[in-house]
Parts: sequence; C-alpha cells; structure tokens
Amino acid sequence: MTEHNVRNFNINFGPQHPAAHGVLRLVLELDGEIVERVDPHIGLLHRGTEKLIETKTYLQAIPYFDRLDYVAPMNQEHAFALAVEKLIGLEIPIRGQLIRVLYSEIGRILSHLLNVTTQAMDVGALTPPLWGFEEREKLMVFYERASGARMHAAYFRPGGVHQDLPPELVEDIGKWCDEFPSKLDDIDDLLTGNRIFKQRNVDIGVVKLEDAWAWGFSGVMVRGSGAAWDLRRAQPYECYSELDFDIPIGKNGDCYDRYLIRMIEMRESCKIMKQCVDRLLGDAKTGPFSSTDGKVVPPKRGEMKRSMEALIHHFKLYTEGYHVPAGEVYAAVEAPKGEFGVFLVADGTNKPYRCKIRAPGYAHLQAMDFICRGHQLADVSAVLGSLDIVFGEVDR
Amino acid sequence: MSEALNELSTYIREARPSLVEDAAIAYGELTLTTAAQNLLSLLTFLRDDVQCGFVSFIDICGVDYPAREKRFDVIYHLLSPRQNLRIRVKVATAEDEPVPSACSVYPGADWFEREAWDMYGILFTGHPDLRRILTDYGFEGHPLRKDFPTTGFVEVRYDDSAKRVVYEPVELRQEFRSFDFLSPWEGTDYVLPGDEKAKV
Repeated sequence: MTEHNVRNFNINFGPQHPAAHGVLRLVLELDGEIVERVDPHIGLLHRGTEKLIETKTYLQAIPYFDRLDYVAPMNQEHAFALAVEKLIGLEIPIRGQLIRVLYSEIGRILSHLLNVTTQAMDVGALTPPLWGFEEREKLMVFYERASGARMHAAYFRPGGVHQDLPPELVEDIGKWCDEFPSKLDDIDDLLTGNRIFKQRNVDIGVVKLEDAWAWGFSGVMVRGSGAAWDLRRAQPYECYSELDFDIPIGKNGDCYDRYLIRMIEMRESCKIMKQCVDRLLGDAKTGPFSSTDGKVVPPKRGEMKRSMEALIHHFKLYTEGYHVPAGEVYAAVEAPKGEFGVFLVADGTNKPYRCKIRAPGYAHLQAMDFICRGHQLADVSAVLGSLDIVFGEVDR
Repeated sequence: MSEALNELSTYIREARPSLVEDAAIAYGELTLTTAAQNLLSLLTFLRDDVQCGFVSFIDICGVDYPAREKRFDVIYHLLSPRQNLRIRVKVATAEDEPVPSACSVYPGADWFEREAWDMYGILFTGHPDLRRILTDYGFEGHPLRKDFPTTGFVEVRYDDSAKRVVYEPVELRQEFRSFDFLSPWEGTDYVLPGDEKAKV
C-alpha cells in the first residue's frame, strides 16, 4: 500500500449505544484499530438541575438529587442534606444517622451491582446482569418500604430522614445481608477467574496515582491506583467512625483492579449494613430519627392534628420553607462512584442562591481521552464500563 | 480540624504574602481570595509545596452576583489527601475579564472550565479547547446567569412535515409561576399595603 492511502478514521460512538451507559456521544479518531483521540460530547441529558434548584426551597430541591445518579439515589440526597445541616448547624440523632448509613450502603451495593455486571456485559458476558438485577430488585423493595418509591426516594431530609423504619423492615434487611454474600460468590465465580473477562480488563486503562489526583478522580478510581483514600474513613460523616469496615485498594490501577475493589466493597457494605441493623434493633431501637428542631423538621402528622404550634410549623415549612443562614459550604460524601460534593451558597432566604453539584462521573469521563489514547477500539467500552459513568450526574 | 486550618492559613500567608488577598475560615472551611493574575502561581504553590500538598483537584464553579461590578466569582476547590484538608480559592472577575486557565496546573480543570464558560460566560485564557459542553449544539446565552430566565428562550420539537427537529421561541400556555413565600414579617424590600400609614 502506498503512503497516501493511509488515513485516520473518525467514528461516531453513540449517542444511543448499549455500551455507552446512557446517552454519550464519543467522537473517536482511529488509526487502524488504535484510538488516537477521544472527544466525548455530553449534555444530551442536561436538565438544568442547578438552575432549577435556585428557584426551589431547600426541601423542594431534594428530589432533584435522586435524579442525578439514578442508580444510587439516596447517596446524592445525603450530600445535599449534609450541606444544609452544616449551614444550619443541625445535629442528627443516632437512629437517624444509622438509617442514613444503612441506606447509603444499600445505594452503594445498588450502584456497584449495576456497574460490575454491566461492565461484564460490555465485554461479552450476559449472565451476570441477570443475577445482579435480581438482587437490585430486592434492594429497591427496601427503598420502597422505607420511602414509598423504588428509586426517587426523597428520603434523606435536612435534619434526618423522612420517616422511621418499621422493625420488620430492619429485620428483613438483616436477613438479606445474610444471603447476599453467597449471591456475590456466584458472580465472583463467574467473573473473577474468567479468562475472557481477564483478557479484556487486566492491564487495560491503567491510571497512575498522581494522574488520578490531578484529573480529579475520586472513589474507586483513586483506590484502584493504590491510594487508601475513602471519605468515610478520612473525613468521617454520620457515624462511620464508629463502624467497622475495611477499605480495599488496588495495585495496578487497571480496569480489573477496579472491578475487584467494587466486589470487595459490596461485601464491606454488607458488613456495615449488618452492624447498622444490629444497632437499629438494639441500642438505637427507639428514639428520634430526625432532629427535633421544629423550625426545620416538619412535625409528625398526628402531632399536627392536635397541636396548634405544630400546625403552624407544618404550614410554614411546606410553603415558605426554612431560612438558611447566609454562607458558603462544601459538603461531600463517598458516593459509590466517588466523591459527590455539593457546594452551597446561601443568602439567608428560603432558597439556595447557588448549588453547584460536583459529580464524580464528570471528572472521570473527561479523562476518557487521556486513558484511551493508544488503546484498541474494543477497549473503549471496557474503560468506559470501569469508569462507572451514569449520565444523570454527568449532565445534571 | 479548624486548628490545622488556622495553621495552614497562617503558613500560606507567610510563605506567599503577595498572592493571598484574604484568608477566612467559616463553617470549618478555609477560603483564600486572590487576584486573577496571581491565581496560577497560588495554585502551583498549593500543589507543589510540601506542607500544602493540594494535589487533588476537586471542582471549579462560577457564582453570579449581578449587582457587583465584578459580577462573577470563580471558585476552586482543592483537596490535600496527605494533610487531609480541603481549601477553597476564590477569584472575582467581570464579564469581559478573562481568568487564566488552570489546565496547566491541573489537567482535570479542562471540563470544569468549559462548564463555567458554558453556564456563565466566564472566559479562561490559555484553555486548550473552550467549547460549550452541557448545552445544545448552537445554544445561545449562558443559562446559569441570574438574568437568564428559568424557562429559557427556545423550545425544541420534532416537526413531522419538515422531518427534522425545529427550534421555536418558548410559548407558555400559562405564565411561569414564581411564588413569593418569603414571610412578609421578615426582611421584605417592598411596603405592604397600609404600612405606609404607620409612619405618618
């Protein structure tokens, strides 16, 4: 072949592609089968969440957070609730903290199950998603039994959680925690030693730790590169400092390490949930599940029917909402995908002046170009799968 | 936590007095204010200095204060995994006043600056590729500015006769409802009917 016949190819990946995990358009520049440049075009799911939040009261802003990373909704609400609580200076009673931790860990398992199994599907396996989704369905029933909604829960409110958990639900979650590790073993058997899965993931998408920090990675992406960094341990919020769990870290920083970390994290989450269940049925069996500050947390319905003061509070909190003192705070949680942060600027009224949502997936996706350069075309979907992208939070 | 922040704040002010205009600690968070021309040297210092070690880039965002002469704040969030501390750097800028791009210090700043440009129209000099990112191809305006209406200006629909997607000016069946729930007993800037008599 003569020289002038050789040229680079541009191909368009998405916006509708099963391996794009949503609506992602990638413009790929290829030299043969080697990727020369990746240009992700995002924003196809942009809904203007931040703008909408500026026109809503603090309470009305919560449901928007469910719709960001819609595979682990409550973890997002958590960051917002923490930011508001930091500004108001609210203390959460221990039962409320335990319920929050319990449901945050359910969210982590929901997200990791989806990611691990769909990543397997991206590289050719069909069974893991079917097994994983069965467990996800059970977890979403727990969401529903606590909040009334399978996904868009609006359950974590500034001050605590919306409703108390019935003891039967806590017991059922405990029973699920006993069964889950064996279900995880099944997926483990199918994938961890699988030759094809390893061929597609080992040594693919290697990220060095200093690059990971500079690109703004967080969560599994930095742990995969060897940093023992987890906000639940490093900057503990709620009652994580009282709970016993381990942080798995990787050695090589490749897709396979990240997969392994997610698998171990699910087991650790299960351990945390078990501890929460024990305490919710033990020393924290009774007690308030949200702050008793009547100026922020609406009264119970029964109380509202009998007490004049509670009725006034109920009316005021659901129309005007509460006022948050002026100031700027950044609150972050260890969401399943990494550090999910909320930067809140309050001007002293009942609505946020500015609410910047720092989504971990946004920082991870922008490194696609950096990670994929020099990889084969087929590796693009493996890398994309291991970055754990959900477009709800990337596009906002 | 706040003791460590106090120490860090005095350390930075002593090491680089010319770069920091103001350092304040509120709600357990340290905020440095700096001028646009000093931004890159300050970020480089924060990243490379052994006692700071802010190697992890977290976030860049804009905030709009239309009443101010320099209407935008550009806010940088950094994290030091070694010191286990966070820091916030603030730069005020005007609509036509560019801010130096942080891409050379933190490669991850790329998309966050594109987003700030897209949402607020804040210009960054030295950015490799300052395109819009979240809004539609061919979008006009900067939606997160306070003077941009929540409803936007154009709406999109598929036109069956033209066989393509068409853009049309927004037509609302009902006026956009913006409820004012702020209590009239606290800090309103308008006079309630009848209140003017109280002063006479």
